[in-house]
Amino acid sequence: MVTIKELPKEEYLLKGNTACAGCGAAISLRLLFKALGNKVILVVPACCTSVIPGPFPYTSFAVPVQNILFEATGATASGVVAALRQRGIKDVTVVGWAGDGGTFDIGIQALSGAAERGTDFIYICYDNEAYGNTGVQRSGATPYGAWTTTTPSGKKERKKRITMIMAAHRIPYVATACPSYPMDFINKLRKAKEMKGTKFIHILSPCPTGWRYDTSKTIEIGRLVVQTGIWVLFEIENGKFKLNPPSNGLVDKAKRKPVREYLKLQGRFRNLTESDIEKIQRMVDEDWEQYRKMMNQSV
Amino acid sequence: MEKTVIDTANHIAAYAAKAARVQVVAAYPITPQTSIVERIAELVENGELSAEYIRVESEHSAMSACIGAAAGGVRTFTATSSHGLALMHEALHWASGSRLPIVMVVVNRALGPGWNIWADLTDSISQRDTGWIQFYCADNQEVFDTIIQAYKLCENEQVLLPAMICLEGFILSHTYMPVKIPDQEKIDEFLPPYKPKWFLDINNPLSHGNIVTPDWYMDFRYMMYEAMENAKKLIPEIDKEYGRQFGFEHGELVDKYKCEDADLILLTMGTIGSEAKVAVDNLRREGLKIGSARIRVFRPFPTEEIRKLAENTQMFTVIDRAASLGMEGPLATETKASLYNQEDKPLIAGFIAGLGGRDVTFKTVEKIAKKSLEWMKKGKVEKETSWVDVRD
Amino acid sequence: MGIPETCKEMPVTTLSTPTIGSAGKTGSWRTFRPIIDNSKCIHCLLCWIYCPEGCIIRQEDDSVKIDYDYCKGCGICSNVCPVKPVKAITMEREEE
Repeated sequence: MVTIKELPKEEYLLKGNTACAGCGAAISLRLLFKALGNKVILVVPACCTSVIPGPFPYTSFAVPVQNILFEATGATASGVVAALRQRGIKDVTVVGWAGDGGTFDIGIQALSGAAERGTDFIYICYDNEAYGNTGVQRSGATPYGAWTTTTPSGKKERKKRITMIMAAHRIPYVATACPSYPMDFINKLRKAKEMKGTKFIHILSPCPTGWRYDTSKTIEIGRLVVQTGIWVLFEIENGKFKLNPPSNGLVDKAKRKPVREYLKLQGRFRNLTESDIEKIQRMVDEDWEQYRKMMNQSV
Repeated sequence: MEKTVIDTANHIAAYAAKAARVQVVAAYPITPQTSIVERIAELVENGELSAEYIRVESEHSAMSACIGAAAGGVRTFTATSSHGLALMHEALHWASGSRLPIVMVVVNRALGPGWNIWADLTDSISQRDTGWIQFYCADNQEVFDTIIQAYKLCENEQVLLPAMICLEGFILSHTYMPVKIPDQEKIDEFLPPYKPKWFLDINNPLSHGNIVTPDWYMDFRYMMYEAMENAKKLIPEIDKEYGRQFGFEHGELVDKYKCEDADLILLTMGTIGSEAKVAVDNLRREGLKIGSARIRVFRPFPTEEIRKLAENTQMFTVIDRAASLGMEGPLATETKASLYNQEDKPLIAGFIAGLGGRDVTFKTVEKIAKKSLEWMKKGKVEKETSWVDVRD
Repeated sequence: MGIPETCKEMPVTTLSTPTIGSAGKTGSWRTFRPIIDNSKCIHCLLCWIYCPEGCIIRQEDDSVKIDYDYCKGCGICSNVCPVKPVKAITMEREEE
């Protein structure tokens, strides 16, 4: 397990970009490059990351990036992978880097197709739980009760379980991550890079702009979401489910912080009633019963 | 070894993709294109074509994967029809704006509702603003030759635009015709390996397609406009060079037949152009001086050719196998637009025929020609646009 | 790339070049600026790894310094600093 001090100094997401102050996606991108270096080609659909690097003729990315249509990450990445193979280029990793919109909703078809075909790439969904780039409208990843501009009184539906959907494709690697646990994300990326086939990583991307919290709290909120059990760090490797630290220590409800501690820090949950908070707590507890059953099982 | 085969335009298109040594094919099946992708799958699996065939899950993904592959630096091919082409519409814009020389066969088919699988040019014509070069073929030999020519054209640094090679569903796609396939070595000489102008390169990391502000966008579009003008100059050169090498030419931008002394010229596209040649011969036997000009290239539009033809004739009769509802046949509109500022303006009559596979034979064309001649005698086109053989 | 006068000096399509400060000197966004007290810093590098901008410069001895040209003043570095009872990075209001 690599330590922070062993990480390389080089930056491939260059400073002075248009990311919001405190952006979880920017931290996640830096971690991506710390893990994989610069022999990476990114395929980026319409999302915050297509704007973060700034406008032509400049970009903040120091690796090749193919920006593409909103729906198309999985398909375009398939094309890039095929081209590299035809050209005999073996030491470059193709990474699809898409927001929750381009993964859960409009992009799910192309992602599903790419996974079904066993496309040899890493797909990372950085999830800020809304259509952030267009001004925080709800997505299939928006959690129950959250304010967005299109769910002003709180979303009534639950978040889609994208990791289970991806696991159902029988791909070799599915994992979750959070920028507040940087070494966990970096290790998962390095593991994924060594595997053949489609690797899917779902990283939560706390968003001060969309979630309405002070920009300094991105990492703090990322820790709380895991400590409350709302976000679970796990891997499904060749179908076998495994909880990662610290989530593997939270199976016992007493060890989990109450969800309230996470929700109260964010303006998007300001209108939750007591009964909403209790409902959310119940949902998390019920999900954990499932995780308990899934531990070390094949899914 | 050069050889003659007897095969459908769809299979021929697959052989042309193979002869062009395409490296990535990403395609989704749709009637009447399916036998193209089926034949390509066979050629890839038996090793005759050493390409990757990405069996994408939709046409939007097909074009998106082609964009990824072309951006990755390889020669790319796909094929579609009708609703599939419509589904990839936004990706067509992305492909041309990326200046990627993707070649796509479009098997022209009507758009629903209801489900009509027969010949109609509306599918590709309604994509005429997407920045794609468009060829319309009249026989299977032309399909083969044009695919090879298209790669040479599109990959030229002066062009760098994608092209669609259009052939009518069931009329050509499933009809067997003799086609001469040239010797592969000679094709390789005519069409050398693809050298991309730009590609995703870790040794020269660039971002493609990020934000572009009003300060820059229009200049990129202007460059595409110039590229289309360059294509207009290069297409005749390439067709002629192909003719010298392989013995087949297809009329450069406009395939002209007996136009030099014609009082009336029939402007058509695709296989209606073949029917028109038969009609011309029949009518000439009756002493009528008719000519046929088949528009082989619709984008870039052959404005200069139209103007030259206009100098020596009294009337154009335009037969469109597409309709821009709310206006008229698109070929008619573009013909008129080409001539508006000119001195020589023949009479122009527009006819819409053959939508949804309604048959257009030389007899239909003769009927259209005779009606036009009536109006020509009167010196006035009595009906701007006529719909042919409809229940009106 | 300088500002081209004609299309011939532009790339054929929107190909953009890696540039520090593609959005300009984003240090101008700040309301608060982080100040490092090197006497308290324990060289844990948490601030370095968590900075969204990558504008905390890691020195040879693992001490850190801030690139104020680009620091947006988000305050994450101060938030994650583990030093107690007083953090090694504190946020101070930017001068007018």
